[in-house]
Amino acid sequence: MVSIDLNNFWSSAFQDLLVLVGYILLILVGLVLAVSYLTLAERKVLAAIQIRVGPNVVGWFGLLQPFADGLKLIHKETIIPTRANPFLFILAPILTFSLSLSAWAVIPFGEGWVISNINVGILYLFAISSLGVYGIIMAGWASNSRYAFLGALRSAAQMVSYEVSIGLVLIAVILTAGSLNLTEIVEAQKGLWFIIPHLPMAVIFMISALAETNRAPFDLPEAESELVTGYNVEYSSMTFALFFLGEYANMILMSAMGSILFLGGWLPPFDIVPFTWVPGIVWFSLKISVLLFVFLWVRATFPRYRYDQLMRLGWKVFLPFTLFWVVLTSGVLVTFNLYPGS
Amino acid sequence: MKIPLKVMFLKNFFLIELFQGMWLTLKYMYLKKKVTLAYPYEKGPLSPRFRGEHALRRYPNGEERCIACKLCEAICPAQAITIESEEREDGSRRTTRYDIDMTKCIYCGLCEEACPVDAIVEGPNFEFATETREELYYNKDKLLSNGDRWEVEIANRLEQDAQYR
Repeated sequence: MVSIDLNNFWSSAFQDLLVLVGYILLILVGLVLAVSYLTLAERKVLAAIQIRVGPNVVGWFGLLQPFADGLKLIHKETIIPTRANPFLFILAPILTFSLSLSAWAVIPFGEGWVISNINVGILYLFAISSLGVYGIIMAGWASNSRYAFLGALRSAAQMVSYEVSIGLVLIAVILTAGSLNLTEIVEAQKGLWFIIPHLPMAVIFMISALAETNRAPFDLPEAESELVTGYNVEYSSMTFALFFLGEYANMILMSAMGSILFLGGWLPPFDIVPFTWVPGIVWFSLKISVLLFVFLWVRATFPRYRYDQLMRLGWKVFLPFTLFWVVLTSGVLVTFNLYPGS
Repeated sequence: MKIPLKVMFLKNFFLIELFQGMWLTLKYMYLKKKVTLAYPYEKGPLSPRFRGEHALRRYPNGEERCIACKLCEAICPAQAITIESEEREDGSRRTTRYDIDMTKCIYCGLCEEACPVDAIVEGPNFEFATETREELYYNKDKLLSNGDRWEVEIANRLEQDAQYR
């Protein structure tokens, strides 16, 4: 009988687990910090575009503003409306937040810097971002309020519509990369980022990402002027904070996806010396920041779309065009024998 | 001018006008000078006719100007002013009570215009918010102390405005 050193097995498994938890905590803390500073960045960018200064009282240049805001939210009272369904009401923000965090498990921050390098990473990402709509529908339903319900309905319809075009954009990228694994997709962009052959897809991805994260000009689910912030109107204190964090984490996630799919993830722009000295994670965060700036910039520039315009754009413009592009991509790949692995 | 359909289509397809808009906002971000006024530390300019918090003035010798003619009380459209008067020991008529209910006042400035001796004026102060309603029921002491506090500014404003009166 072969004797297995059980003691050794358990200790090594425990060590692995500990390391994993360490990574997860690292990403979690980093992400929450990133989200809080994204809110500050948003206010600063909007202010700059409207030739204002923005928050500058709390800390140097307002750098402590996010903590002041967070503290304020935490010590407020959590109000659960009498006609709400308390279980779903509390569950909805938790779901939104945890989904937006769990997506980060497959994002490669650098070469091999990924918690779980699964082979269908892009499918996992797509699935998680689609599940995000459940948090919003639950919030709208459980609040038992008209505004919240309208916001949730709009949000559901909008996210489902734009997922179709995002899915087709993903297919075009997958065809060129020849893999569903995010690390391999990034590796496939060595030498030529996909934004160059797939520029229209990158633009469509960006616009769909705006719709997917309910950002202006597609912020109909929130629509302050008509729905008084829509699905989260009944939420306060930490439950609201979770929605807020989840929403902004989703923005960062979409930017990360955009930079992995089109901007070469952690790869430097040129594969020559001064650029390769910089570690991959710096390039990756830089690319995310640029895309996030576009999110804010677009918000500062465009007015909100009307509901029918939103639907028309999603179904009658993006869907046919992305479909055409998928066919074109596969046609080109087959005709010129360029498809990966050939 | 009618834009040909083909041009229109290309313009829409390449999002030309959207990018123009984004270029515009980017220019605003980097080229324009900020217009923010850091309010409690910086303040905007005030006209010498600005109608702020009320004050009762004194003559340079310390004698109060108000002679209790009650013209301000009569003209006040909000009926915010209450005056009671008696004869003083030296035989002059003076107020024993001069109250302004600042919650009623509409800051029209008619009291200031009606006053024959420039006693009641609306000064340059606009930062007199309080935490309770009662603090806004001003009495004579409060108004006179306002006058003492703001006299320099008030005299300056009256002088600047005198040529237009």
